[in-house]
Amino acid sequence: MSWFRRRSNAPLWKDEFSVFTADERYVARRQFTKFLTLTSFAMFAGNVWILARSLLRQPPRYSAQTVAAAGEIPIGGVKLFSYPTAEDPCILVRTGDASYVAYSQKCTHLSCAVYYSKEQNRLECPCHQGFFSVADGSVLQGPPQRALPRIVVEQSGGQLIAMRVQEESV
Amino acid sequence: MNGNPPQNRGLTAMDGAMVLIVVLLIVQIWLLSATLESYLAGHRDVAVPGAIISGVLFAACLALYLFVNRVDSEVRKG
Repeated sequence: MSWFRRRSNAPLWKDEFSVFTADERYVARRQFTKFLTLTSFAMFAGNVWILARSLLRQPPRYSAQTVAAAGEIPIGGVKLFSYPTAEDPCILVRTGDASYVAYSQKCTHLSCAVYYSKEQNRLECPCHQGFFSVADGSVLQGPPQRALPRIVVEQSGGQLIAMRVQEESV
Repeated sequence: MNGNPPQNRGLTAMDGAMVLIVVLLIVQIWLLSATLESYLAGHRDVAVPGAIISGVLFAACLALYLFVNRVDSEVRKG
């Protein structure tokens, strides 16, 4: 990149290498500064990439999928299922007589499978002790920074139907 | 006190600029990780201010690099 080099008629090697020992301190500092500036450019490019991804992102389309029959699971019980694809494990928890909640089973830290702890009434990740609220999927404790994506479940005709994934964290 | 020779004064200026760039870079790394975390959490509206601030920080780093380049050029020439 010629604009990254100072204006000089001297050949490139004279800029990047000095025969004088005292000048080496300058060359080393200038080159290190160039490295830092290029790293700064890489950080900027990363932010632009995130911006492009968020601008070009199409809203996902979800199809309805029957998960379980109402009453199939006891209160405090769970059922595992996959939604929206077979590679997306989810966990359905019956929290009350007619209340059900479902979340992605992948921990938002490092994607370990979370499980429901009935005694603590929370979702727990066994890998790094990340705990999530069963009420809304928010992080209670541990290394995860984001809530579990919630699966919107509706009850219809005695069936529990997964409608969509609610990715917005609480 | 002006007993500092021009060669060393140039080095001091370059060291100061380098420290500033390192500080800006640390802020930029934090900004990128925070923006990515928010993006993955579904908050897409943070991407625009994140990119703008990161661009400003990069421009500041570039200005400091050009300053270091100029100091190097002047001291080694003189």
